[in-house]
Amino acid sequence: MSATATFKLPAADQALPELAVGPVSRLDLALYCGASGDHNPIHVDIDFARRAGMDDVFAHGMLSMAYLGRVLTDWVPQSWIEDYAVRFSAITPVGARLRCSARVSGVSALDHGWRLRLVLAVLDQNDELKIKGEATVRVPAEAINTVENDHGEA
Amino acid sequence: MIDTSHIGAALPAFEVEVERGRLALFAKAIGQTDPLYSDLEAARAAGHPDLPVPPTFLFCLEMDAPDPAALRKRLDIDIARVLHGEQRFRYHRPAHAGDRLRFEPVIADIYAKKGGALEFVVRDTRVSNQHGEAVADLRCVTVVRNPQGAES
Repeated sequence: MSATATFKLPAADQALPELAVGPVSRLDLALYCGASGDHNPIHVDIDFARRAGMDDVFAHGMLSMAYLGRVLTDWVPQSWIEDYAVRFSAITPVGARLRCSARVSGVSALDHGWRLRLVLAVLDQNDELKIKGEATVRVPAEAINTVENDHGEA
Repeated sequence: MIDTSHIGAALPAFEVEVERGRLALFAKAIGQTDPLYSDLEAARAAGHPDLPVPPTFLFCLEMDAPDPAALRKRLDIDIARVLHGEQRFRYHRPAHAGDRLRFEPVIADIYAKKGGALEFVVRDTRVSNQHGEAVADLRCVTVVRNPQGAES
């Protein structure tokens, strides 16, 4: 619990550390195809993608959602995440560089802890929105370091 | 147009075992470097009984259904025309390697936009573990592109 003992409750509107990923390669898509079990050929087979009217293969939306999820799990224990939802806005081509971000949109007190609401986004190098999302995180009361607060640190 | 009489229909339920090696490969595929997700010792040191299932991996396990195309076949949808529109996870309790998870998918809604050029299929899936405990609720919205629909 050493990681959670030092958890500092964020302020509303506080941004979490951003995660930069990419450029997304064909190998990334092949690895994700195999590891995820999503074998839709449109993500790995350029012949199939062209027959489907696309110029090239493109990344799985769920790969970007997995990258974005790392912003949350880098910050809090996964068991604190109550809800994680996204809307896929645009497809992500090979070569894209992605920035995964999260910002606290609300902090509410519960009987035993806090609930944080977050707004999430994945943008590419041209600031085009790829994914828009939301998450809620429940911070248990015991995770806040009351000793630190009592001593008036920070 | 997709036949909306399928709304409310249950798709075949199935069970999937969570494999440790698969979780480690998934961690590599998403660039996850936290050893918690790929190294058993690190996971146990953090208090987990085994490697944890990361936030989006339940969607992958759902693709391990005996017939992952069950929904598309039932609704007669061409895989080349589908896009993933939305995905949601509501988590109830953690899952780990070694768990046997049960998936119960239901066709929750079917609707069209832009004069039928885009159709949406909403699938809700309840996930529970080998003890019958709720693990998560998934919602997947698939978008079907109909080039001909825009003309009519």
